[in-house]
Amino acid sequence: MHELSVTQSMLELALAKAREAGAERITSLSLVVGDLTGVAEECARFYFDFVARDTIAEGATIAFRGVPAQARCRDCSTTYAPDDTIWACPACGSVSAEIVAGRELLLESIEVDGDTDTPEHTGG
Amino acid sequence: MTEIRILQNILGANERIAAENRQRLRSAGVFALNLMASPGAGKTSLILRTIERLRQGPRLAVVEGDIASTIDADRIAGQGVTALQINTGGACHLDANMVGRALEALPLGEIDLLIVENVGNLVCPAEFDLGEECRVMLASVAEGHDKPQKYPLMFSEVEAVVLNKIDLLPYSDFDLEAFRRAVHGLNPKAAIIEVSCRTGEGIEAWTDWLLARLAAGQSRTDESEA
Repeated sequence: MHELSVTQSMLELALAKAREAGAERITSLSLVVGDLTGVAEECARFYFDFVARDTIAEGATIAFRGVPAQARCRDCSTTYAPDDTIWACPACGSVSAEIVAGRELLLESIEVDGDTDTPEHTGG
Repeated sequence: MTEIRILQNILGANERIAAENRQRLRSAGVFALNLMASPGAGKTSLILRTIERLRQGPRLAVVEGDIASTIDADRIAGQGVTALQINTGGACHLDANMVGRALEALPLGEIDLLIVENVGNLVCPAEFDLGEECRVMLASVAEGHDKPQKYPLMFSEVEAVVLNKIDLLPYSDFDLEAFRRAVHGLNPKAAIIEVSCRTGEGIEAWTDWLLARLAAGQSRTDESEA
Protein backbone atom coordinates (compact mmCIF):
# COMPACT_ATOMS: atom_id res chain seq x y z
CA MET A 1 0.00 0.00 0.00
CA HIS A 2 2.96 2.38 0.16
CA GLU A 3 3.81 2.13 -3.51
CA LEU A 4 3.73 5.89 -4.05
CA SER A 5 6.60 6.58 -1.64
CA VAL A 6 8.47 3.49 -2.78
CA THR A 7 8.05 4.52 -6.41
CA GLN A 8 9.21 8.05 -5.71
CA SER A 9 12.29 6.81 -3.83
CA MET A 10 13.06 4.38 -6.65
CA LEU A 11 12.79 7.14 -9.25
CA GLU A 12 14.99 9.53 -7.25
CA LEU A 13 17.67 6.86 -6.84
CA ALA A 14 17.56 6.00 -10.56
CA LEU A 15 17.71 9.66 -11.61
CA ALA A 16 20.68 10.33 -9.32
CA LYS A 17 22.59 7.34 -10.73
CA ALA A 18 21.75 8.31 -14.32
CA ARG A 19 22.94 11.88 -13.68
CA GLU A 20 26.19 10.63 -12.17
CA ALA A 21 26.77 8.61 -15.32
CA GLY A 22 25.86 11.56 -17.58
CA ALA A 23 23.00 9.63 -19.20
CA GLU A 24 20.32 11.38 -21.21
CA ARG A 25 17.55 8.87 -20.88
CA ILE A 26 16.59 5.98 -18.59
CA THR A 27 14.96 3.26 -20.67
CA SER A 28 14.41 0.59 -18.03
CA LEU A 29 14.70 -0.19 -14.33
CA SER A 30 15.22 -3.61 -12.76
CA LEU A 31 13.88 -4.14 -9.27
CA VAL A 32 14.23 -6.91 -6.73
CA VAL A 33 11.10 -7.06 -4.61
CA GLY A 34 10.64 -9.49 -1.74
CA ASP A 35 7.18 -11.01 -1.31
CA LEU A 36 6.95 -9.77 2.28
CA THR A 37 7.41 -6.11 1.35
CA GLY A 38 3.80 -5.71 0.33
CA VAL A 39 4.74 -3.78 -2.80
CA ALA A 40 2.23 -4.56 -5.51
CA GLU A 41 3.71 -4.58 -8.98
CA GLU A 42 0.71 -3.19 -10.84
CA CYS A 43 0.31 -0.40 -8.37
CA ALA A 44 4.00 0.57 -8.55
CA ARG A 45 3.83 0.66 -12.35
CA PHE A 46 0.81 2.92 -12.23
CA TYR A 47 2.53 5.37 -9.89
CA PHE A 48 5.77 5.23 -11.83
CA ASP A 49 4.10 6.43 -15.03
CA PHE A 50 2.77 9.32 -13.00
CA VAL A 51 5.89 10.34 -11.02
CA ALA A 52 8.30 9.85 -13.93
CA ARG A 53 6.42 12.27 -16.16
CA ASP A 54 8.68 15.11 -17.44
CA THR A 55 11.83 13.37 -16.19
CA ILE A 56 14.45 11.50 -18.21
CA ALA A 57 12.81 8.29 -16.98
CA GLU A 58 9.45 9.02 -18.59
CA GLY A 59 8.26 5.95 -20.47
CA ALA A 60 10.89 3.64 -18.96
CA THR A 61 9.92 0.01 -18.51
CA ILE A 62 10.17 -1.69 -15.12
CA ALA A 63 11.23 -5.27 -14.63
CA PHE A 64 10.25 -6.83 -11.31
CA ARG A 65 12.07 -9.84 -9.90
CA GLY A 66 10.13 -11.25 -6.96
CA VAL A 67 11.86 -12.99 -4.07
CA PRO A 68 9.69 -15.61 -2.32
CA ALA A 69 9.49 -15.50 1.46
CA GLN A 70 11.82 -17.92 3.18
CA ALA A 71 11.91 -18.86 6.82
CA ARG A 72 14.44 -20.80 8.86
CA CYS A 73 13.27 -22.89 11.78
CA ARG A 74 14.95 -21.78 15.00
CA ASP A 75 14.64 -25.30 16.41
CA CYS A 76 15.81 -27.62 13.63
CA SER A 77 17.33 -25.11 11.15
CA THR A 78 15.21 -26.33 8.22
CA THR A 79 14.77 -23.60 5.62
CA TYR A 80 11.31 -23.52 4.05
CA ALA A 81 8.80 -21.40 2.17
CA PRO A 82 6.16 -20.35 4.68
CA ASP A 83 2.54 -20.62 3.72
CA ASP A 84 0.52 -17.40 3.77
CA THR A 85 -0.98 -18.14 7.13
CA ILE A 86 0.88 -21.18 8.41
CA TRP A 87 4.42 -20.47 9.52
CA ALA A 88 5.04 -23.82 11.19
CA CYS A 89 8.15 -25.72 10.19
CA PRO A 90 7.24 -28.58 7.82
CA ALA A 91 9.98 -30.77 9.31
CA CYS A 92 9.44 -30.47 13.06
CA GLY A 93 6.22 -28.48 13.46
CA SER A 94 7.83 -25.67 15.44
CA VAL A 95 6.39 -22.18 14.91
CA SER A 96 9.66 -20.53 15.88
CA ALA A 97 10.83 -19.11 12.58
CA GLU A 98 13.22 -16.45 11.44
CA ILE A 99 12.60 -14.57 8.18
CA VAL A 100 15.63 -15.08 5.95
CA ALA A 101 14.35 -13.87 2.57
CA GLY A 102 11.46 -11.89 1.18
CA ARG A 103 12.23 -8.48 2.67
CA GLU A 104 14.37 -7.23 -0.24
CA LEU A 105 13.52 -3.95 -1.90
CA LEU A 106 16.38 -3.08 -4.22
CA LEU A 107 17.00 -1.14 -7.39
CA GLU A 108 19.21 -3.70 -9.11
CA SER A 109 20.14 -1.81 -12.25
CA ILE A 110 18.99 0.71 -14.83
CA GLU A 111 19.49 0.88 -18.57
CA VAL A 112 20.30 4.27 -19.98
CA ASP A 113 20.89 5.96 -23.33
CA GLY A 114 23.16 8.85 -24.17
CA ASP A 115 26.72 9.81 -23.25
CA THR A 116 27.75 7.89 -20.22
CA ASP A 117 31.02 7.82 -18.36
CA THR A 118 30.81 4.11 -17.67
CA PRO A 119 32.99 2.11 -20.04
CA GLU A 120 30.93 -1.05 -20.51
CA HIS A 121 28.74 -0.06 -23.48
CA THR A 122 26.86 -3.10 -24.56
CA GLY A 123 26.12 -1.69 -27.99
CA GLY A 124 22.34 -1.51 -27.82
CA MET B 1 22.30 1.26 -24.38
CA THR B 2 24.26 0.98 -21.16
CA GLU B 3 23.41 -0.95 -18.07
CA ILE B 4 24.27 0.66 -14.75
CA ARG B 5 24.41 -1.74 -11.81
CA ILE B 6 23.04 -0.13 -8.67
CA LEU B 7 21.98 -2.77 -6.12
CA GLN B 8 20.87 -0.26 -3.52
CA ASN B 9 18.01 -0.29 -1.10
CA ILE B 10 15.16 1.76 -2.54
CA LEU B 11 14.32 3.05 0.91
CA GLY B 12 17.94 4.09 1.53
CA ALA B 13 16.97 7.76 1.58
CA ASN B 14 14.45 7.09 4.35
CA GLU B 15 17.06 5.18 6.31
CA ARG B 16 19.56 8.05 6.05
CA ILE B 17 17.01 10.53 7.40
CA ALA B 18 16.01 8.04 10.13
CA ALA B 19 19.66 7.84 11.22
CA GLU B 20 19.76 11.66 11.43
CA ASN B 21 16.57 11.68 13.50
CA ARG B 22 18.02 9.03 15.81
CA GLN B 23 21.20 11.03 16.27
CA ARG B 24 19.25 14.15 17.00
CA LEU B 25 16.95 12.44 19.52
CA ARG B 26 19.86 10.78 21.27
CA SER B 27 21.82 13.98 21.64
CA ALA B 28 18.74 15.70 23.08
CA GLY B 29 18.27 12.79 25.51
CA VAL B 30 14.87 11.88 24.07
CA PHE B 31 13.77 8.23 23.97
CA ALA B 32 11.46 7.71 20.99
CA LEU B 33 8.93 4.90 20.81
CA ASN B 34 7.25 3.94 17.54
CA LEU B 35 3.79 2.57 18.36
CA MET B 36 2.19 0.58 15.55
CA ALA B 37 -1.19 -1.13 15.26
CA SER B 38 -4.16 -1.63 13.01
CA PRO B 39 -6.92 1.02 13.05
CA GLY B 40 -9.08 0.73 16.13
CA ALA B 41 -6.71 -1.43 18.19
CA GLY B 42 -6.58 1.32 20.80
CA LYS B 43 -3.30 3.19 20.19
CA THR B 44 -4.60 6.53 21.39
CA SER B 45 -6.37 4.90 24.36
CA LEU B 46 -3.11 3.20 25.37
CA ILE B 47 -1.27 6.52 25.12
CA LEU B 48 -3.94 8.20 27.28
CA ARG B 49 -3.62 5.42 29.88
CA THR B 50 0.17 5.78 29.75
CA ILE B 51 -0.04 9.54 30.32
CA GLU B 52 -2.36 8.95 33.26
CA ARG B 53 0.05 6.51 34.94
CA LEU B 54 3.25 8.41 34.21
CA ARG B 55 2.13 11.80 35.53
CA GLN B 56 5.05 11.88 37.99
CA GLY B 57 7.45 10.13 35.63
CA PRO B 58 9.30 11.03 32.45
CA ARG B 59 8.23 14.13 30.55
CA LEU B 60 6.10 12.93 27.66
CA ALA B 61 5.27 14.23 24.22
CA VAL B 62 3.27 12.56 21.48
CA VAL B 63 3.41 12.68 17.71
CA GLU B 64 0.16 11.51 16.14
CA GLY B 65 0.22 10.15 12.61
CA ASP B 66 -3.09 10.01 10.82
CA ILE B 67 -4.20 10.23 7.24
CA ALA B 68 -6.46 13.16 8.18
CA SER B 69 -7.99 15.02 11.16
CA THR B 70 -6.58 16.21 14.51
CA ILE B 71 -8.96 14.16 16.68
CA ASP B 72 -6.18 12.11 18.27
CA ALA B 73 -3.82 15.02 18.94
CA ASP B 74 -6.70 16.97 20.48
CA ARG B 75 -7.44 14.07 22.85
CA ILE B 76 -3.79 13.95 23.97
CA ALA B 77 -3.42 17.73 24.27
CA GLY B 78 -6.58 17.67 26.41
CA GLN B 79 -4.45 15.83 29.00
CA GLY B 80 -1.93 18.67 29.11
CA VAL B 81 0.71 16.77 27.11
CA THR B 82 2.47 18.24 24.10
CA ALA B 83 0.93 16.63 21.04
CA LEU B 84 1.77 17.22 17.43
CA GLN B 85 -0.43 15.94 14.63
CA ILE B 86 1.08 14.81 11.35
CA ASN B 87 -1.46 14.34 8.58
CA THR B 88 0.04 12.11 5.95
CA GLY B 89 -2.47 13.23 3.32
CA GLY B 90 -3.24 9.70 2.20
CA ALA B 91 0.07 7.96 2.90
CA CYS B 92 -0.42 4.77 4.87
CA HIS B 93 2.58 5.14 7.19
CA LEU B 94 4.85 7.74 8.72
CA ASP B 95 8.28 8.10 7.17
CA ALA B 96 11.51 9.48 8.57
CA ASN B 97 11.13 12.77 6.74
CA MET B 98 7.70 13.49 8.27
CA VAL B 99 9.03 12.69 11.74
CA GLY B 100 12.13 14.82 11.10
CA ARG B 101 9.89 17.80 10.40
CA ALA B 102 7.91 17.10 13.58
CA LEU B 103 11.16 17.07 15.57
CA GLU B 104 11.85 20.62 14.35
CA ALA B 105 8.60 21.74 15.94
CA LEU B 106 8.99 19.96 19.29
CA PRO B 107 10.80 21.32 22.39
CA LEU B 108 13.18 18.33 22.53
CA GLY B 109 15.02 19.71 25.58
CA GLU B 110 11.83 19.37 27.59
CA ILE B 111 10.99 15.80 26.55
CA ASP B 112 12.22 12.47 27.97
CA LEU B 113 9.86 10.12 26.18
CA LEU B 114 8.43 10.74 22.73
CA ILE B 115 5.66 8.39 21.68
CA VAL B 116 5.09 8.34 17.95
CA GLU B 117 1.68 6.90 17.10
CA ASN B 118 2.00 5.54 13.60
CA VAL B 119 -0.82 5.42 11.06
CA GLY B 120 -3.18 2.51 11.76
CA ASN B 121 -1.85 -0.22 9.47
CA LEU B 122 -0.07 -3.54 10.02
CA VAL B 123 1.81 -3.60 6.72
CA CYS B 124 3.72 -0.49 5.72
CA PRO B 125 4.84 1.05 9.02
CA ALA B 126 7.06 -1.99 9.67
CA GLU B 127 9.22 -1.05 6.71
CA PHE B 128 9.91 2.56 7.55
CA ASP B 129 12.51 3.32 10.18
CA LEU B 130 11.63 6.67 11.77
CA GLY B 131 14.73 7.03 13.94
CA GLU B 132 13.03 5.53 16.99
CA GLU B 133 14.82 3.70 19.79
CA CYS B 134 12.14 1.09 20.31
CA ARG B 135 9.20 -0.40 18.40
CA VAL B 136 6.07 -1.63 20.06
CA MET B 137 2.96 -2.98 18.43
CA LEU B 138 -0.50 -3.07 19.83
CA ALA B 139 -2.87 -5.90 18.90
CA SER B 140 -6.37 -6.38 20.24
CA VAL B 141 -8.59 -9.31 21.09
CA ALA B 142 -11.22 -8.12 18.63
CA GLU B 143 -8.79 -8.57 15.73
CA GLY B 144 -8.37 -12.31 16.33
CA HIS B 145 -5.39 -14.44 17.33
CA ASP B 146 -4.27 -15.17 13.77
CA LYS B 147 -2.74 -11.74 13.10
CA PRO B 148 0.90 -12.76 13.77
CA GLN B 149 0.72 -15.25 10.90
CA LYS B 150 -0.92 -12.74 8.60
CA TYR B 151 1.45 -9.86 9.33
CA PRO B 152 4.71 -11.63 10.16
CA LEU B 153 6.98 -8.69 9.39
CA MET B 154 5.30 -6.36 11.89
CA PHE B 155 5.33 -8.97 14.65
CA SER B 156 8.95 -9.91 14.03
CA GLU B 157 10.21 -6.32 14.20
CA VAL B 158 9.02 -5.20 17.63
CA GLU B 159 10.36 -5.43 21.19
CA ALA B 160 6.93 -5.77 22.77
CA VAL B 161 3.45 -6.76 21.69
CA VAL B 162 0.72 -5.22 23.82
CA LEU B 163 -2.58 -7.10 23.57
CA ASN B 164 -5.48 -4.75 24.28
CA LYS B 165 -9.17 -5.38 24.98
CA ILE B 166 -8.60 -8.44 27.18
CA ASP B 167 -11.89 -7.54 28.88
CA LEU B 168 -13.48 -8.97 25.69
CA LEU B 169 -11.85 -12.41 26.09
CA PRO B 170 -14.93 -14.03 27.69
CA TYR B 171 -17.05 -12.93 24.71
CA SER B 172 -14.72 -14.03 21.92
CA ASP B 173 -13.03 -17.10 20.45
CA PHE B 174 -9.62 -15.49 20.83
CA ASP B 175 -7.09 -18.20 21.72
CA LEU B 176 -4.54 -16.53 23.99
CA GLU B 177 -2.18 -19.51 23.98
CA ALA B 178 -2.19 -19.73 20.18
CA PHE B 179 -1.52 -15.98 20.00
CA ARG B 180 1.44 -16.17 22.41
CA ARG B 181 2.86 -19.19 20.55
CA ALA B 182 2.59 -17.41 17.21
CA VAL B 183 4.18 -14.18 18.47
CA HIS B 184 7.07 -16.00 20.13
CA GLY B 185 7.46 -18.19 17.07
CA LEU B 186 8.23 -15.15 14.96
CA ASN B 187 9.91 -13.17 17.68
CA PRO B 188 11.12 -15.22 20.66
CA LYS B 189 12.37 -12.17 22.56
CA ALA B 190 9.20 -10.07 22.32
CA ALA B 191 7.49 -9.17 25.58
CA ILE B 192 3.75 -9.86 25.47
CA ILE B 193 1.75 -7.59 27.75
CA GLU B 194 -1.99 -8.10 28.13
CA VAL B 195 -4.04 -5.01 28.94
CA SER B 196 -7.48 -3.51 28.84
CA CYS B 197 -7.40 0.22 28.23
CA ARG B 198 -11.09 0.22 29.11
CA THR B 199 -10.80 -1.29 32.59
CA GLY B 200 -7.16 -0.37 33.27
CA GLU B 201 -6.16 -4.00 33.81
CA GLY B 202 -2.52 -4.67 32.94
CA ILE B 203 -1.67 -1.02 32.34
CA GLU B 204 0.79 -1.03 35.24
CA ALA B 205 2.64 -4.01 33.74
CA TRP B 206 2.88 -2.06 30.48
CA THR B 207 4.19 1.15 32.07
CA ASP B 208 6.63 -0.91 34.20
CA TRP B 209 7.95 -2.48 31.02
CA LEU B 210 8.14 0.93 29.34
CA LEU B 211 9.99 2.55 32.26
CA ALA B 212 12.48 -0.33 32.40
CA ARG B 213 13.04 -0.03 28.66
CA LEU B 214 13.47 3.73 28.97
CA ALA B 215 16.04 3.21 31.73
CA ALA B 216 17.93 0.72 29.54
CA GLY B 217 18.20 3.48 26.93
CA GLN B 218 19.90 2.90 23.60
CA SER B 219 19.89 -0.70 22.61
CA ARG B 220 18.38 -0.73 19.16
CA THR B 221 21.24 -1.45 16.81
CA ASP B 222 21.40 1.11 14.09
CA GLU B 223 22.16 -0.77 10.88
CA SER B 224 22.16 2.33 8.74
CA GLU B 225 25.03 3.79 10.77
CA ALA B 226 27.10 0.65 10.51
